[in-house]
Amino acid sequence: MQQFIRQLAQENDFQATRLLKILRAIQARYFYIPKAAIEQLALMLNISRTQIQNVIEFYSFFHLEPRGQFDILISNSITDLMVGQAELINYFAEKLGVKIGEVRADGVVSLNNTSCTGMCDQSLAGLVNGYAITHLTKSRIDEIVENVNKQLPLDQWSRDFFKVEDNIIKSGLLLNETPIKGAAIKATFARGLMETLTEVEKSGLRGRGGAGYTTAWKWKYCREENADQRYIICNADEGEPGTFKDRVILNAYADSVFEGMTVAAAIIGATQGFIYLRGEYLHLYEKLEAILVERRAANLLGKNILQNGFDFDIEICLGAGAYICGEESALIESLEGKAGIPRNRPPYPVISGYLNKPTSVNNVETFLAAANIAIHGGEWFAAFGTAKSKGTKIHSISGDCAKPGIYEYPFGVTVQTILDDCGATDVLGVQIGGPSGTFISNDEFQRKIAFEDLATGGSFIVFNNSRNILDIVHNFSHFFAHESCGFCTPCRVGTSLLKKQIDKIVEGHGSAGDIVALEELCQLIKNYSHCGLGQTAANPVLTTLERYPEIYQSMLKKISYEPGFDLDKSLETARRLANRDDAAAHLAQVEE
Amino acid sequence: MTNKKVKVATVSLAGCFGCHMSFLDLDERLVDLVEHIQFDRSPLTDIEHCSSDCDIGLIEGGVCNSENVHTLREFRKNCKILVAVGACAINGGLPAMRNHISLEDCLNESYVDGIGVENAQIPSDVELPLLLDKVHPIHEVVKIDYFLPGCPPSADVFWKFLTDLLAGVEPSLPYELVHFD
Repeated sequence: MQQFIRQLAQENDFQATRLLKILRAIQARYFYIPKAAIEQLALMLNISRTQIQNVIEFYSFFHLEPRGQFDILISNSITDLMVGQAELINYFAEKLGVKIGEVRADGVVSLNNTSCTGMCDQSLAGLVNGYAITHLTKSRIDEIVENVNKQLPLDQWSRDFFKVEDNIIKSGLLLNETPIKGAAIKATFARGLMETLTEVEKSGLRGRGGAGYTTAWKWKYCREENADQRYIICNADEGEPGTFKDRVILNAYADSVFEGMTVAAAIIGATQGFIYLRGEYLHLYEKLEAILVERRAANLLGKNILQNGFDFDIEICLGAGAYICGEESALIESLEGKAGIPRNRPPYPVISGYLNKPTSVNNVETFLAAANIAIHGGEWFAAFGTAKSKGTKIHSISGDCAKPGIYEYPFGVTVQTILDDCGATDVLGVQIGGPSGTFISNDEFQRKIAFEDLATGGSFIVFNNSRNILDIVHNFSHFFAHESCGFCTPCRVGTSLLKKQIDKIVEGHGSAGDIVALEELCQLIKNYSHCGLGQTAANPVLTTLERYPEIYQSMLKKISYEPGFDLDKSLETARRLANRDDAAAHLAQVEE
Repeated sequence: MTNKKVKVATVSLAGCFGCHMSFLDLDERLVDLVEHIQFDRSPLTDIEHCSSDCDIGLIEGGVCNSENVHTLREFRKNCKILVAVGACAINGGLPAMRNHISLEDCLNESYVDGIGVENAQIPSDVELPLLLDKVHPIHEVVKIDYFLPGCPPSADVFWKFLTDLLAGVEPSLPYELVHFD
């Protein structure tokens, strides 16, 4: 092992910023990060042991105790639950002979839940040793169990398990264009860098991650900041449950995304770019690397790109299972080899980002749009959309509809239009923008997708009338409690309390005061959290409580108060150890 | 009516009596206070059970065993206003540190495997309350009306809270009283 780690460290130039990459390799080889490895790495990278331990404990895909040789994770996003995740994971556990969350005694296999893996249009989905598997059914599970028990190496498994569909159902302005291999770079240099920035500004392009900051301004501020180095980062940490458009863009239009990054780098004056790819998209890694190699060979990357005297290259960095790393400053921390804890802002990344240098972090779809704008000009793009939301938006549509997949619409499209196109009937409501977004009811389908009305990063989950609002809220509150980075108390404690309070109500232990307490808690988390995760973690409760107060009320008991946990059951261990079963050894749930 | 004293009951559940000690730090202000209040069930009076018309119940400590549950219910039943006093009542506090360890391990360490244990056995007697598998903050067991933070809350916190209530205004604690660092 010493030899292996020395070589790893060497390959990564003994840079602590590459810690995630190094740990990923160790985890893949040993199924955990051994203590000896931590000690050796601390010396070789010249960082403290605790710093490495902190990173291991922070990311879901790193472990201090061995996982199985086959580490199987099943997505527990709401769209997975809708296709029977609970039953199927139990079936899986039973067939494998392992408890959920544990490693089988022989060390061959481990099974656990994981947050949305970005395969909501091909649920039930999961990961085997980091590689995406889709369309899990009982028969497919049976085959996997057989492979595992035979200890068949992953590369000998049926390729069908790993098949990931693009499912592009409706293309528009951007998806109709073919992948760009040099045209945008040529157009940019022919027009001039500042002139191209002006075109991007004219296009009205706003960040596609959801927050919607004007792209041209971000680039302009980054360019204007006095520095010896600047960075371009592509945020491909697409973790919002229900979003998978970046996966498809990267699979089918990667050249355009890299081209957009290159154009952006030329404009802001960066020579190094990173694409931060979520760990769940490991299956894309080799393909993307190959495209980068091709682009280098075609002089679209590297030194003196297309003889314009401009140097730029892109490195792919994989995440390790942390939703929070989609927040740009957490992403930068992660790229620096640290736990993904959001920074204080200001200073914004355009002033002080990666390694404290000016950095522009943009979404995958933003780069795709920018590359096309560089070719066709700003007006081409601005001709579509609404006053404040120009161009088109690519949506990931999943849930109760006939045709889940990727849909591109100009901004301003109504929710009803999308529902009609994707074949959704008998609709209860739609979750727009993922759990951190808004739940809208079937009275609101004339509302428009645009920054002026319903802003979204692209997640669009349809629920029909057979679904229960509280199941959805239950799933989302568990998601946020799991994904809170733990840095600030309002979010760390608040999201856990919110989860407990929702559990209490859903399990039927709620009474009148519990809704008031729930609302107070939501406001506290929303108003006092450090970053966007906490500030939006209460949205599922707030948006549904506003629309369906009667559903919450119907769950409440007509008593003043009941504990949220089973009182008598919590005496069970003590009863057994004291060997008692007398009347005093029991408690009533509610006072007589 | 104005002369009728407000009845205050107090108790320490899974706590250390530190909050009660802090209450006594009111010192000479206690003399003013007893002009307006009368202690009911409390370790200060040794009255064993709450009268049915208590006005304020001050609860120190979290809920760690079945007796705590019964006591807390008695307070809830007999007090118009129930107050969680201090970190343990509000969060479980120090006793809740055992929540990370299974109850079985805790009891074995104390009564079976621990150093110097003689006649090792886990106590079993109907007189003894059974431990809950986790220590809970009191608001998870009954409805609580107010929370006084601190470990312990300072005498000034008690003073401000009680004088506000006696004056008939909604109690509020200024920042200085809940600012701990």
